[in-house]
Amino acid sequence: MWEILDLELVASGLRLSTPLILAALGGLFSERAGVVNIALDGIMIFGAFGGAVIAYETSNPWYGLIGAMMLGGMIAHIHGIASIRYQADQVVSGTAINLLAIGVPAVVANALYNSTTVTPNIKLILPIIKIPIISSIPYLDVLLGKYSVLVFFAFAMVPISWFVLYKTSFGLRLRSVGENPEAAATAGINVYLMRYYAVWISGILAGLGGAFLSIAHGSSYVNNISAGRGFIALAALIFGRYTPKLTLAGCLLFGIADAFQIRVQGVIPIPVQFVQMIPYILTMVVLAGLIGKAQVPAADGIPYEQMK
Amino acid sequence: MFFKKYEVILLPVISVLAAGLVGAIMILAVGESPLEVYWIFFKNSLFTLNGIGYTLFYATPLIFTGLAVAFGFRCGLFNIGAEGQLYIAAMSVALVGIYLDGYSAWILVPLCMVVAFVTGGIWGGIPGLLKAKFGGHEVINTIMMNLIAFSLVNYLVVGPFHRKGTAILETDYISEAARIPRVHELLPFIPKTLPLNMGFVVALFACLVTYLILWKTKWGYEIRAVGISNSVSEYAGISVKKNLVLAMFISGGFAGMVAIPEVMGYRYTFHDSFSAGVGFVGIAVALLGRNHPGGVILAALLFGALNRGSLFLDLNFDNLSKDLVMVLQGVIVLFVATDKLFKKILSFGKPS
Repeated sequence: MWEILDLELVASGLRLSTPLILAALGGLFSERAGVVNIALDGIMIFGAFGGAVIAYETSNPWYGLIGAMMLGGMIAHIHGIASIRYQADQVVSGTAINLLAIGVPAVVANALYNSTTVTPNIKLILPIIKIPIISSIPYLDVLLGKYSVLVFFAFAMVPISWFVLYKTSFGLRLRSVGENPEAAATAGINVYLMRYYAVWISGILAGLGGAFLSIAHGSSYVNNISAGRGFIALAALIFGRYTPKLTLAGCLLFGIADAFQIRVQGVIPIPVQFVQMIPYILTMVVLAGLIGKAQVPAADGIPYEQMK
Repeated sequence: MFFKKYEVILLPVISVLAAGLVGAIMILAVGESPLEVYWIFFKNSLFTLNGIGYTLFYATPLIFTGLAVAFGFRCGLFNIGAEGQLYIAAMSVALVGIYLDGYSAWILVPLCMVVAFVTGGIWGGIPGLLKAKFGGHEVINTIMMNLIAFSLVNYLVVGPFHRKGTAILETDYISEAARIPRVHELLPFIPKTLPLNMGFVVALFACLVTYLILWKTKWGYEIRAVGISNSVSEYAGISVKKNLVLAMFISGGFAGMVAIPEVMGYRYTFHDSFSAGVGFVGIAVALLGRNHPGGVILAALLFGALNRGSLFLDLNFDNLSKDLVMVLQGVIVLFVATDKLFKKILSFGKPS
């Protein structure tokens, strides 16, 4: 069975980390601004669905990508209205989004394509980029040779997110409303607006994560396409103590576990159902705090009431 | 003034009506008539004896899962794992019912009920323990336990316990002595085809017990205190950790009791993916029912009627499937969560 532990496993792990990275970075922005986003999973499903439908209808995966971002942002905005404006319990409102993500795609797919569980295959997925020189070097070609453009984007987003959060005044304001909204408001920051920005960013990124599954890694939307990845991304975020770098490490861990799970099926004499549990059990083990307690933003999950 | 007094009843009702409106827009968007759709919904669930029977039948598992989620909420815990808990319990009950053949019903029926509660409770208790011991987020952990449970029972029903000679993914049938009676066996005027069974009575009883525990015992008081404030409870000498684990155990136990109407009263076997989201609907039931056993019963009846009615959507409308109910549930949860919106509208913008 050791032959599966090769570079191809790492490459596959990098691919499967991509949706997790996008969703987890989305969660990072939202939670850093004080809005718990348990809706990531649902937003991913909406993004995957919207991306697949638009890519199919327009025969252009780039339109699908844009559609997924916009839909993700819009769904996140619903979560924003509920949890920022109307100070709803953020976990409950996120759960509402997750419930909608079970029903709405099924109803719309049924109306469009007479199937509640799948959309038609798209002919063209997002381009796969081959790096010219590297893809001709043995070993390195397997490891870094060819990935979807979204894989590169996701990995590039990690330092970008770090820069935005820690090196810009926007990031400082965003983090301040997640740590101490009262003080931020006193300093003249519009708490609601900052939180809306954060939730929009999280929706756009999670929508992209979903689109990766349906129009880059796969070529259609299928029922329950996220397979709990939005929640695993949250676990990676907690594992990463709400910082971009460590969150990336968490996503890679889960991505490689997922790749291992897929590649080990049929190779070792363990029923496939048990192999499939690996990423989920790993998530629980990691959450149980092998790495130490998470540094939750102080005002995370606490609605803020604006003074009139 | 009027509004303040009846807020408890009015807000959920308004949430449901508003969700109905959103549903109507969605129905229009897919090119069907909302009035026609809602008429089909309620004609088949409320206006015939058979329809009412089926509504109660569909409401039964929802009472259990609603109770499960509500009990968790009362202790400040969000149990999204009812779906996994009820699958584990249903499989366990099926196995006990199959392999403890030859015992009398007096032993087997209570035993199976206890098994349902305990196995569901253990599956719910694990995330509770992880929360109490390590601070692991129970929402993520219960979701993970769901996914693990789906894989586990799928393995068991596909592999070792699959009934021979059938393509359907089911176990063997449980012994006669492990079954509970259907309502038509007791009331002759009920149609024989109606699967409504004594599990419904058990569900009502569970609601009563929950009410008594939460509001009439010291322990229930402790659980609610922990739900309101961990630190204050700790200060008052209440063991927060113990109550977190216990509340998750009981919450999982209620979810597990879904096995009573479904396995002991209806299918008499473990059927793969029989639940189809009952555990998740429990969230909507609990929230709409304001986490009160009485409210849970009312909300479960509403969703039972919706589930029953939704079966007629596929038959009558080309562009609609029963998934519409899932949409309505999501919208209802969203509106219940944002009840501040309705409070604002109803009090005409005056600050309360």
